[in-house]
Amino acid sequence: MTAPVRRLTAEREIVICCGSGGVGKTTAAAVLALEGARAGRRACVVTIDPAKRLADALGLDRLSNTPSKIEGEWPGELWAMMLDTKSTFDNLVAKYSGNEEQAAGILANRFYRNISGALSGTQEYMAMEKLFELHDSGKFDLIVVDTPPTRNALDFLDAPRRLTRFLDNRVFRILMMPTRAYLKAVSVATQAFLRTISRVVGTEVVQDAVAFFQAFEGMEEGFRNRAQKVLELLSSPETAFVLVASPRRDAITEAMFFAARLRESHIPIETLIVNRMHPRFGDGNAEADRARARTLTGTELGALYDNLAEFRSLADGEEAHVVELIERVAPAPVVRVPFLADDVHDLDGLAEVAGYVVAG
Amino acid sequence: MDPRGFATAARLAIVAGKGGVGKTTVTAALARMAARSGLSTLIIEVEGKSGLPTLFGAGELDYNEVVMAPSGNGVGEIRARTLTPDDALLEYLQDHGMKRISKRLANSGALDVVATAAPGIKDILILGKVKQLERAGAADLIILDAPAAGHAITFLMSARGLLDAVRVGPVRGQAEEVIELLTDPARCQVILVTLPEETPVNEVTETAFALEDRVGIKLGPVVVNGLYPVIESLEADPEALADQAGTTLRPGEADALRAAARFRATRQALQHDQVRRLASALPLPQLRLPFLFDVDLGPAQLDVLADALALEVNALPALTS
Repeated sequence: MTAPVRRLTAEREIVICCGSGGVGKTTAAAVLALEGARAGRRACVVTIDPAKRLADALGLDRLSNTPSKIEGEWPGELWAMMLDTKSTFDNLVAKYSGNEEQAAGILANRFYRNISGALSGTQEYMAMEKLFELHDSGKFDLIVVDTPPTRNALDFLDAPRRLTRFLDNRVFRILMMPTRAYLKAVSVATQAFLRTISRVVGTEVVQDAVAFFQAFEGMEEGFRNRAQKVLELLSSPETAFVLVASPRRDAITEAMFFAARLRESHIPIETLIVNRMHPRFGDGNAEADRARARTLTGTELGALYDNLAEFRSLADGEEAHVVELIERVAPAPVVRVPFLADDVHDLDGLAEVAGYVVAG
Repeated sequence: MDPRGFATAARLAIVAGKGGVGKTTVTAALARMAARSGLSTLIIEVEGKSGLPTLFGAGELDYNEVVMAPSGNGVGEIRARTLTPDDALLEYLQDHGMKRISKRLANSGALDVVATAAPGIKDILILGKVKQLERAGAADLIILDAPAAGHAITFLMSARGLLDAVRVGPVRGQAEEVIELLTDPARCQVILVTLPEETPVNEVTETAFALEDRVGIKLGPVVVNGLYPVIESLEADPEALADQAGTTLRPGEADALRAAARFRATRQALQHDQVRRLASALPLPQLRLPFLFDVDLGPAQLDVLADALALEVNALPALTS
């Protein structure tokens, strides 16, 4: 039987890695893309992690918003990119604006310039947008996306909808109405509302926002359609979701939460990758080791038994956590990646992890 | 420096670090250490969900304060609460005579619009509320478990950013007061948490310099979490040792002992290198906490960490200023 991960990286077009922060998600994403390249595919890994961890993992100094090719000994191609939220959004605006004037007006608006940095979910949405764009370009057979380490698990699933909701925001749609004389009655109430907000954050801020929504008029439809297409791509059979976790208690709890959310959204988890599992040395019993250590207290051999006992009980505890998680994601296959003696921060390190990942 | 002196150097301690470095555990250990020296402690959690209650073996967190550990025998009480931007906004509006529109603002999604118009406003609402608690002396020590995942810098920089966007109004005043708080070492110390590994060391160094240079925050010591307690005799051959001790090993056991010892020796050496690298890259005192071989951390493990933290704090030089 083919290892489950090998099937994913050889057959699927899109793999989305989700999980909480600090569990090695970026490393996992890079490993999956590397596996794709090894299987002869044109693979690209997209990261949105602001900490540039993928850059570390790939030994790259910097990534840009267009994929750059990583040279290496594999039959396919390996590309990597770091998402630039702002320029991705700029491109979208240019694409859906009616004319250059409208685009320029939006791009120059201070409120718009804040959107990419401040509006929650923008980063996630732009990641999915970029994914769509890369997929559409036909330049890649496999795109692996590393999702942001947000605690609001799966924000990226809601993100496209959230942005269109934001653009449709009732309050601000009403705010724009004063230009239409027949809604004068509404306008009086909303002007009062506007004044209150102005009192808190200042008039300029509110004027910027109103100007933005006015400039955006007419573009919502394009954005909404695009968001719909992105969502369709995410739920198409070409797309696979991989859950990444580590065996620590808090990471397991978060992973279970992710699993539940994915199930609610009717998205199957194709594989569970558990990173950073401490190795289990031999099949002896930790309690017996500890008892032996006690009879040897103060000796070097006693210290070695204590050490063995510590690692065995740790490995057993971690395995118990993982089993709990496995039950929640069944029947998804599980891949355990050991906590390596060295940190992963180059291609050799990725290759070592890849060895465990494909072994399944 | 004695733990009580450390915990009272500033009323507010902000514990910040990337996801997975044990920020919440360090927050709890710091609270436990402070409580043992008789101080009342309030922990503020800004992400709603937290492993804090499990660590203390206490009930779930809420917007209202919940007791994590009671006082008694000279030990101070530890309380905790959540504080999300939405909560803070509602409270802010109500405190500023805008009760009538507060619900409408919160429910209509207008907060998202306002927060986009003035980025950092959510963080300022939280930090503003924290400042209010600090001014009111809500506890002897207030510990803010800062948001994880790359947001530490943006979170603490939000006040600076907001001053550029908002030129007038109460929110600007709020931002100015927050900066005053963050940059006054007598009121606030920021404690960064990291792991003795390549990437976390790089990240904490970057964060530290950004906070000092761009926000003007004077950082407290950096906590290096998860260090394997050093065992000296890992190179010794278990079979030879068994011979010397006149005992025998079960079949296969020598290999397991050797492999476990080799693993630990490698990680120990790696961690040692990273700790030294951090010391040379970041001229801040380090508080080193041990890796615990328990997978589930609860009150017993928290005590171990609080002990270790107190020892490390004791080893810090006394404040000269």
